[in-house]
Order: sequence, then structure tokens, then C-alpha cells
Amino acid sequence: MASDRIFGLVTLITAVAYIAAATQIQTNFFSGEYLPKLFPLIIGAVAALSSLVLIFKPDPDPDWPMARTWGNLAVAVVVLAFYSVLISPLGFILPTAIAAMILSYQISPNARQAVLAGLGLSLGLFVVFKFVLMLGNVVAYRIPTPAKLWDAISILIPFVGH
Amino acid sequence: METLANLALGFSVALSPYTLLLAVVGCFIGTIIGALPGLGPSNGVAILIPISFALGLDATAALVLMTSVYYGAMYGGRISSILLNIPGDEPALMTTLDGYPMAKRGEAGNALVLSGVASFVGALLATIGLILLAPVLARVAFLFGPAEYFALYLLAFCTLGGMASNNQAKSAIAACIGLGIAMIGVDSSSGLPRLTGGNLHLYDGVDFLVAIVGLFAIAELFFFIESHGKGSSIGVVLDKVSIPWKYIKQTMPTMLRASGVGFVAGVLPGAGASLGSFLAYMTEKSIAGEKGGFGTGVPKGIAAPEAGNNSAAGGALVPMLTLGVPGSGTTAVLLALLMTLNITPGPTLFRDNPDVVWGLIASLLIANVVLLVMNVPMVKIFVKILSVPAWILLPGVTMISTTGIFALTGSYFDLLMLVGFGVLGYFLRKLDVPTVPVILGILLGGNMEDALRRAMTLSDGDPTYLFSSWIAIGFWVAAILGFVAPMFLRGILKKPEGHVD
Repeated sequence: MASDRIFGLVTLITAVAYIAAATQIQTNFFSGEYLPKLFPLIIGAVAALSSLVLIFKPDPDPDWPMARTWGNLAVAVVVLAFYSVLISPLGFILPTAIAAMILSYQISPNARQAVLAGLGLSLGLFVVFKFVLMLGNVVAYRIPTPAKLWDAISILIPFVGH
Repeated sequence: METLANLALGFSVALSPYTLLLAVVGCFIGTIIGALPGLGPSNGVAILIPISFALGLDATAALVLMTSVYYGAMYGGRISSILLNIPGDEPALMTTLDGYPMAKRGEAGNALVLSGVASFVGALLATIGLILLAPVLARVAFLFGPAEYFALYLLAFCTLGGMASNNQAKSAIAACIGLGIAMIGVDSSSGLPRLTGGNLHLYDGVDFLVAIVGLFAIAELFFFIESHGKGSSIGVVLDKVSIPWKYIKQTMPTMLRASGVGFVAGVLPGAGASLGSFLAYMTEKSIAGEKGGFGTGVPKGIAAPEAGNNSAAGGALVPMLTLGVPGSGTTAVLLALLMTLNITPGPTLFRDNPDVVWGLIASLLIANVVLLVMNVPMVKIFVKILSVPAWILLPGVTMISTTGIFALTGSYFDLLMLVGFGVLGYFLRKLDVPTVPVILGILLGGNMEDALRRAMTLSDGDPTYLFSSWIAIGFWVAAILGFVAPMFLRGILKKPEGHVD
């Protein structure tokens, strides 16, 4: 009950914000006054209406994970976020090994398996991507200057990064 | 006659050694993807699109590879249904009902081969149906104007939402999330940015590949973390595999009927393979009656859903190719592939790119034969692959998908969005909000809006223009029915309980 109500409230607020943003869409001579706004406004209205239905007629709650598992999930998200910004300045192998290791540990907490998964996946996938599939953008390693590293990490800090 | 000439053209495109090799590789990868629990056809195709694109494959080669993966995954889904009692993908759910009891009785090999043959029959008949029906539908589709297209897109969202979800409001929200995201970016007519919040990265809009891979693959990682990889060990031993001719002969009428039912379910926009296997199973169950023994491990209970599921998978390609409206989650992903390759599905596809369409159809036929050959003698290899533990599989899938996106775009922003979509997908699925309408919304949002805008421009802003033809009115009625009817049918169309150990 509560989950759906919260979800409905979040979507309702988002929908209202979306409608507000849609009324502010810039238009010009080529697009006409209302056409660029029309469909976003319809979407926002349907979403707001559906959110109201959900708030007044919620389904039973799903089984949410326990606190510990939330911790595991949060770790995974943080790891993936860092992976996203570091794969460019550090190259493929090191970030992939560390990320795969931590993710593996979150699924099944066994240090030996995790190290195995990290090393195996990073080296194995690197060989496949680089030499079998010959993908661009995949570089083995890069040694960044501290400034570049900070640039990459600062992306994740709100209002500091770019 | 024309059809045969077209088919010959298709085979001349698809039968080069290179494309044949791609078909075999695709079938193999697809079967594995379908077999692994948690990696359905949509995931598989979604993860592989960025990679195949980064490989620089041309349109035909990429299409052959991806459709082989698609059909392969449809075949593979049954393996884990039968051996683990866990559907490898959603359409294979019905196969667990009789497949697992039969495997537990010591007939795992028979069940696997029978389901493989049923898949072949279903997919073959559906491909023939596609060959006959698609060109006809493509001609009809030339009559569609913007009003008809707008109503058709609406119909897809309504039926998909109605079927895929247990709560109409939730599927509507899901569609709105997708459509809302599709609006982001530079507006095509004014050239001005819309709803970007001033973020330069969003001027190009949100790449649907990022959304698809995030919602499917990354969300799956979170689900495995939640369950700590439990429930993926093999409970049934597979000893010797032989061909159960008796079962195949006995279930042939079932397979034919189920293929018909599945194909129709697949052609309906938004319904897809899950509905196909469900309807096929239920039809056969009611024909067999009480003494049919459905649910206890009867051969018909395996043949029906597998033929239905694979037939629906083929049927779902009909609206996707002719109208540009996908019939299921996976065809939505295939549509994404076509759009990435700069091919716009729709009636003009059959006129302007006959080599692509008929090459695709020919490669479906080839893939189907390859899969049958591969799945009967090599089924043991696939069973071995099922024992890859989750602690290496899921990190691997995650790394493959992120690297695929990175190789394609090279942008950290896309990777961060990928993680964001993963989190979104986790919460949506937790809350029983279907994710396929989100994907469909992102994919079709632009086209749907275009249709609406053109309709409004043509009619000088008169909304009644949207209901100005009988075809459009028919779509509107079907859309409303498709959205409302499942609310009342939900009690009747209840899914049978699975087998619990």
C-alpha cells in the first residue's frame, strides 16, 4: 500500500514538474506556437492522472529487501557510478577488475571467487573486446595525471563537476 | 510467384558463407542467452546491439546476427524451464508446468528434444505466416495517414500495457515515462532544445540503447544481488538424449494448433510471445480436458507452449516490420536495432529495402534450421553452460553491457544514465510496473508525436481529425478495449500455478 502511494506521489510530482517544464518550451516561427508543447502536455496529464489513480487505489506492497541487502545494492550502484567515470581516464583493465570483483562479492560473499571473477573477467573480456571484436574506445590502461583523475571523479559530486 | 522471387532474393543475400557463419554464431549465443535464467531474449539482443554496432557490421549482417540471437533465445528459454523449473525468459514460463515434472520423471532428454521440435514447428509456420501476411499488411498500411498512425501507436501502448501488467495505472505510467523521455532533446521542427534542463549532454536526446540495456541488464544485476544468486542450480540430471519419435508424432496436431494460436497472438500489436504460449497452453488444456493430465508432465503440455511461444515470436515480427509497431518487448528491441541501422520499418520498407526485409526472412528460415540441428545433438553443451555460477555470470554481463555502450558512444554520461536506468528498472519491476512500455515509449515517442503534429497541421488544429477515418476509429476502439478488457478478464485469464518442490 505505502510503496505504491509513495511511487504515485513521486510520479505525480514529476508529472506536474514535467507539465510546468513543457509550458516553458521555446517555440519559433517554424514550429508554431503550440505544437512542440502539445504532446509533452498530454503525456504529463496522463501521467498525473494515472498517479492519482495509484495513490487512491494502491496495490499490496512488494517484498522489499532487508537493510543489509540495501547496503549491497547501494555498494553496487556506487561501484558502477565510479566505473562509469573512471573507465576513460584509467583504461579498461583496472576499473573492470575492481568493479567485477566488488559486484561478484555483492552477489556471493566469497573473497576467493570474487578475486577470480574480477581478474578473469577483466583480462578475458579485454582480450575478446580488443583482439577478437576489435572494438574502438577500449584501451588496456592509461596513467592519468592527478588533475585528470580529479576531473573524472568530480563529475559524481553534484554542483562541483560538469 | 512474386513471393518466391522475393524469397530467392532474400536467400541470395543471406546465404553467403559470412552471413551463414553469423547465423550459426548468433543461434549459439542466443540459445545460451535464452537458457541462462535472468537473461531473456530482450536482454540478450539489447546487450549485443551496441557491440555489433561497434563492430561495424553492415545492415544485413547485423540483422542476420540479431535475428538469430532472437530466435535462439526463444529456443533456449525452454532449457532452464525444463531442467531448473525456472523460466529462462518470460514466454517459457508455461513450459515449466509440464516440462519440469516430465524431467523429474527421468525424461529430461525427451522433454528437451520434444520442446526443440515444437519450437521448430512453431517458428517455421510463423515464418511462413510472416511471408504471406506481411506484404499484404504492408499494402494496407499505405492507406494509413497520420491520424491512423497516431491511433495505432496508442493501440500498441494500450494492449501492451493491458496484457503486460496487473495494474492499468502502472502500465500507463510506464508508457508515460518512456514517452516523456523520448521528448527530451532538440525539437526537429523548431531546432530548439526541449526539456533538457540546460544539460548539453541531453541535446541529442536519450539513446534508447542506453535505456534498454539499463532497464534490462543492469536491473537484472540488482535482482541477483538481492537474491544473492540463489536458485540457479540444476535439480535434474540429464543422462542420455534420444529422439522421442512417439511423442513427436503424438503431439503433431497440438503443435500445429498451438502454432496457429501463437501466431495470431503474436501479430496483435503489444501482445507478444508470453501471451502466445499462454493461450496455446490453455487452448490445448481445454481440448484435452480433465483426463489430458496437463500439469503432470504430459508431452502435449510441453509441445503446446513451445510451439505457441516460438510462433508468436515470428508473428510479432509482422506488425514490427510492416507498421513499425512492435508486438512484444523483444521485437521492440529489434526495432531499436533497425533504427540504429538507419532502417525505418513500415510499409515503405518492403518497397524501398526489399533486400533487407527478405534477407531477414530468409535468415529466419536459416536460423530455424540451424537451431533445430544445434539443439537436438548439442543440448548437453547448453546444459553445461547453465551451471555457470551467478557470481561470475552477472558481473560479466554487466561489464559486457557497459563496455558495449562505452565502445559505441565513448561517453561517461551515457554510462551514468545506464546505471540510472538500472536503478529505475529495479524499482519499477519491484513495484510491478512493466518496463516494456517504457522501452516502447522511448522508441516510438518521436514517431507518435510526429504523427500527432502532422495530423494537427493537416487539420489546422482540429482534434476531431484524429477520428476522421474508419480505420482510425477502429484503432481507437481496439485501444480502449485492449486497455479496459484485461481488468475484467484478469480473473478468467489467471495463470496456472507452477510446480513447487
